Amino acid sequence: MPHDHDHDNELDPFAARVRALETILTEKGLIDPAAIDVIVDTYETKIGPRNGARVVAKAWSDAAYAEWLKRDATAAIESLGYTGRQGEHMQAVFNSEETHNLVVCTLCSCYPWSVLGLPPVWYKAPPYRSRAVIDPRGVLEEFGLTLPRTTKIRVWDSTAELRYLVVPMRPDGTEGWSEERLADLVSRDAMIGTALAREPA
Amino acid sequence: MNGPHDLGGQMGFGPVAPEKDEPYFHAAWEKRALGVTLTAGAMGAWTIDESRHARESLHPADYYSSSYYQIWIKALETLLKRHGFVSDRDLAAGSAIDPAATPKRVLKAENVPAVLANGGPCDRPVSTPARFRAGDRVRTKNFHPTGHTRLPRYARGKRGIVEAIRDGFVFPDSNAHGQGENPQWVYTVVFDGVEIWGEGADPTLTVSIDAWESYLEPA
Repeated sequence: MPHDHDHDNELDPFAARVRALETILTEKGLIDPAAIDVIVDTYETKIGPRNGARVVAKAWSDAAYAEWLKRDATAAIESLGYTGRQGEHMQAVFNSEETHNLVVCTLCSCYPWSVLGLPPVWYKAPPYRSRAVIDPRGVLEEFGLTLPRTTKIRVWDSTAELRYLVVPMRPDGTEGWSEERLADLVSRDAMIGTALAREPA
Repeated sequence: MNGPHDLGGQMGFGPVAPEKDEPYFHAAWEKRALGVTLTAGAMGAWTIDESRHARESLHPADYYSSSYYQIWIKALETLLKRHGFVSDRDLAAGSAIDPAATPKRVLKAENVPAVLANGGPCDRPVSTPARFRAGDRVRTKNFHPTGHTRLPRYARGKRGIVEAIRDGFVFPDSNAHGQGENPQWVYTVVFDGVEIWGEGADPTLTVSIDAWESYLEPA
């Protein structure tokens, strides 16, 4: 299988460093470069925030499912076919009028890959990881989200192997919408807690 | 360890600056970095805890000036050398010079979907009953181990409330160092923002961590 190397900048020393590592491991028979292609394809085209959006839309539409998601998120999410790496132990946290939830990993980059895909750069970078726990309102402002001063903020620091999915509040004016249409309102950031669900157009 | 990774409450890193319509990868090499990291990990020579510890053991100046995929690759080189798969001579030459240790397994392309779908659950049975219950008042330990730990500095020596008992999980503090899984109960412990940050803290803030049992004492 051809490798996706054509866009590498040959002058970038880090690109060369990664390529050297891949070459060494491949020559020693320790890795299969075709496996890398499959991994990349999986996270570029198959596993992404649409998974999580479907979970949220179903929870909005089906009270029994929402209850299950609250009680046993791993099983409820698995029932939709979303399992696996960095989603082995899931916990869903529900926003309400009183409380807004925000997820961070201050120690590394723990993130629910099975429902949100690969994390964005900002989620893994020091500004977010340092400030989400001490100044969440300031962080949310940088995402354009200003919460009422009375809204409580709960920050979940993913310090163990539980992975958190925020279930945002369902926007008004969406009564009777299909799950597919509802899922369009649920962004990746809404499921991290740095945004709300989109308002219907 | 009190390493560069332990970022909660640190200051001076500037605004978050989210990127609109951010792509999954910002360069082709990042794709290979993800794949090399996962396929090398699939050899089964080290645990996720050991790999996290390798990342946080980068020199702070190096850690803070590296992107996350760069951190992954730098730590991966350490792990590969530590476990006898790659030598400095290999890296200097950019190709295989020295013989390698024998991996437990090699991840083939056809097995990738199943391996990713299965993941690596790290819940384990714990032989002792859980020491704490939901609603219990606890205090986190004040300690500064030189090895791996998942109790962040900002949450040490703080009073909180057990919100939930989760499950038994592999204990990273020992597992990262090849000292066994030693599973313990994990609890979600919630703290008032004021307890953690003191004067000037947002009064509407609560912060929770997931804490292994030995991080906690009754309060």
